[in-house]
Amino acid sequence: MAKRIEVSDLNIYYDKFLAVQGVSMTIEPRAVTALIGPSGCGKSTFLRSLNRMHELVPKARVEGKIAMDGQDLYGPNVDPVVVRRHIGMVFQRPNPFPTMSIYDNVAAGLRLNATRMKRAELDDLVERALRAANLWQEVSDRLNKPGSGLSGGQQQRLCIARAIAVQPDVLLMDEPCSALDPISTQKIEDLINELKTEYTIVIVTHNMQQAARVSDTTGFFNLKGVGEAGQLVELDETTKIFSTPTNQATEDYISGRFG
Amino acid sequence: MHTPIPSTSVDTELEVQLFGQPLTHGTLPRWAPFATLAAAIVVGIVLDDIGLAIGVAAVAAVAFYAATIYLWSRTVEGHRKAKDRVLTTVVTSAFLLALLPLVSMVITVVQNGIQRLDTEFLSFSMRSIVGEGGGAYHAILGTLIITGLAALISVPIGMLCAIYLVEYGGGKLAKAITFFVDVMTGIPSIVAGLFAYALFALLFGPGVRMGIMGAIALSVLMIPIVVRSTEEMLKLVPNELREAAYALAVPKWRMITKVVLPTALAGIATGVTLAIARIIGETAPLLITVGITTGVNMNPFDGRMSALPVFSYYEYIRTGIHTAASQDRAWTAALILIIIVMLLNLAARLISRLFAPKTRA
Repeated sequence: MAKRIEVSDLNIYYDKFLAVQGVSMTIEPRAVTALIGPSGCGKSTFLRSLNRMHELVPKARVEGKIAMDGQDLYGPNVDPVVVRRHIGMVFQRPNPFPTMSIYDNVAAGLRLNATRMKRAELDDLVERALRAANLWQEVSDRLNKPGSGLSGGQQQRLCIARAIAVQPDVLLMDEPCSALDPISTQKIEDLINELKTEYTIVIVTHNMQQAARVSDTTGFFNLKGVGEAGQLVELDETTKIFSTPTNQATEDYISGRFG
Repeated sequence: MHTPIPSTSVDTELEVQLFGQPLTHGTLPRWAPFATLAAAIVVGIVLDDIGLAIGVAAVAAVAFYAATIYLWSRTVEGHRKAKDRVLTTVVTSAFLLALLPLVSMVITVVQNGIQRLDTEFLSFSMRSIVGEGGGAYHAILGTLIITGLAALISVPIGMLCAIYLVEYGGGKLAKAITFFVDVMTGIPSIVAGLFAYALFALLFGPGVRMGIMGAIALSVLMIPIVVRSTEEMLKLVPNELREAAYALAVPKWRMITKVVLPTALAGIATGVTLAIARIIGETAPLLITVGITTGVNMNPFDGRMSALPVFSYYEYIRTGIHTAASQDRAWTAALILIIIVMLLNLAARLISRLFAPKTRA
């Protein structure tokens, strides 16, 4: 559980367009790493390249190296499906499977991978995932109702439960609270704090207070220039980034002078 | 918050000064359209009585209605409302015009077909029947068997093809397939029949007639419809669900079978049912490939069979000397066909309701 990810000299392309250039960073285990930066600077693209979701876009590709506890994720014989088995993801908009019940949604990762399991075992796993996602109390009496009938905040926690039910090592979150109200956001942030004891968490957010609240390390992404590639400008402890950033652009961004 | 000013206490001129445009204007009484319609109907009847053809009289009545309501509304309500009323008239007339042939056809078929819609018709074939009596049992069976086989061939091919186009394709091959599927939706049904006939003539020699030939001819017509409707439904499945499945480390084929297809199932089932409804009434291809017979033949791989459309056609043109009895059978066969299509449409609605993703808890 909870693995370290080392990224070195990563270039990410959409066909011929270089979207993100020269990113090198270490993502520590059992900690939350937040990625901030203006829209279109490549935060999400970078996040998606960590679990090889990026290559689902036709002609998208990656150069450089990403290693998880020393294992190259882009090595020649690496199966992207196995990579995603270790690195789960939560998306910006809650996306529970509409044809499945709450129970089936949480069990989806296991069932769809054809993991053979006894019913009791599966029940146990679903309950644990829902408890871990702080959703159990709200849905325990209606596990067989459709997941899309829940509120937006509950749906997002359902998606988190679904992601952690397969027991990944790393959890990627792409603006998980941007479609939610402050109370649901609060619940998810509390949840992130609890989850970081077991998982490596990387979260992309546009909300700087959120980054300051939940993360241990913060990385600031920015475009090199108009129409140029995005890059990692600064990566440091969150307290340092938000109090005494070394880079002028970082300071301008977090103080709201641009972006 | 503005306090609304009671419109009665402010005269319109002041309103115009204060707010630019008055918020109130005259309104036609609610009975106005109905009164105009009544007048228009009277005009139509009078015109018909003085010798104009009924169609011309109807058009004149509609024109009278539109003109009257426009002028009346314009003087009372102003030009915007008047235009709205005229457009409402146009839209409603177009709707009624579209409905006219359908209603007329249903009434005619029911009127002519209802007498022979009895147990004998549903349980007897035409074997050794001359004159009155007999039935379309063999033709109903034939239609069900041939259409069922056609569906059995078309649905898997069509669905897999659509899955390829949406989930795997994207290159030149996919574009070419889409283009040819579009072309295929437009081919005349007789061409499909000739294709199946030519294919089997090559294999079994000329003059061959089999139920399966008809099923293949109908498949040629049905596959493009299934591909098209399935493709559209698969495209409606949000990409987020595919990404969610990928992020859970689900292999692609399992993502398609367990996430994409169930989500689109309601629409696909409706599309398939409508495709069946579309081909079940085909006559020309069956005329060439399956032919007609008087007795029951349940084996689609051996010899001629009967199908409702062909049965109806032959009963109507080859009446022999017992014209009335034969033509009655033709109408009843047509009626049964319409009933089957109607049932299929109802089934489609039921299926889409049953399989639709549930959103309410």
